[in-house]
Amino acid sequence: MGTVVRMSEPEPATEARRIAAEARDRARFEEEALALADQVYRVARRLVGAREEAEDLVQETYARAFRSWRSFTPGTNMRAWLLRILTNLNVDRGRRIQRTPPTQSLEETDYFLANKVASAAGEEALEEDLVVERLSQDSVVHALSEIQPQFREVVVLVDIGDFTYADAAQILDVPIGTVMSRLHRGRRALKQKLAEEALT
Amino acid sequence: MSLDPCDRCEELMQDFLDRTLTDQEWKEAETHLLGCEYCARRYRFEETLRRYVKLSAVERMPPGLMAKLEELRGLDATA
Repeated sequence: MGTVVRMSEPEPATEARRIAAEARDRARFEEEALALADQVYRVARRLVGAREEAEDLVQETYARAFRSWRSFTPGTNMRAWLLRILTNLNVDRGRRIQRTPPTQSLEETDYFLANKVASAAGEEALEEDLVVERLSQDSVVHALSEIQPQFREVVVLVDIGDFTYADAAQILDVPIGTVMSRLHRGRRALKQKLAEEALT
Repeated sequence: MSLDPCDRCEELMQDFLDRTLTDQEWKEAETHLLGCEYCARRYRFEETLRRYVKLSAVERMPPGLMAKLEELRGLDATA
């Protein structure tokens, strides 16, 4: 009489090893994600208006990330993956005012702020120490908060979060050319706001 | 019609700072900046401004948030 082999039920020892391996993978994922929390918060803080809102957004992001950890591909960019979740949640929560093409006034040039500073206080005022003296940190933060959200999120990701154009495009699910054009326009808009706030 | 050299340098400035210019454009901007104090000052201003915006905008995570995030570990997919 032949031996009956049951193919569908794994050996208990094999199953135990699989469960243990999964628990290790999950713990490793969670450790790696938590190590990025400060960088995730840094972006969240400048995407939304209030500190409490940023904290809520980061918590929601981590709750979703921990639930869906299996959908993360090991070896890929976890920081970008977390920020993709965060920016999607930010949209879901209605924080983005509108998704229609932005209409920021954009007639100013890249040298706009520098030229304003120079005409108000002379060419020497463009040197580092004097720039810092003229623009307070509060004025920078406020000017950033005044930019249209679609521009601000790109400036925050690239200039504050240190994401590459490609990562920002992946996070926001837009073409890389859109990231570049919004970044240029966002930086100009920031300078325009700074000129209005700090130099009038 | 070609641009005034300073206008051209202004056009290249952000990509110069981002290091996304082609080799030829990079050389063009660099050569102009070495010989033009007006644009060189604006280059230093733009570079300072970038660093200052980042310095001003970065805010550390509030104490207590990490503990809240730690509590979320192990969340079930159905939770």
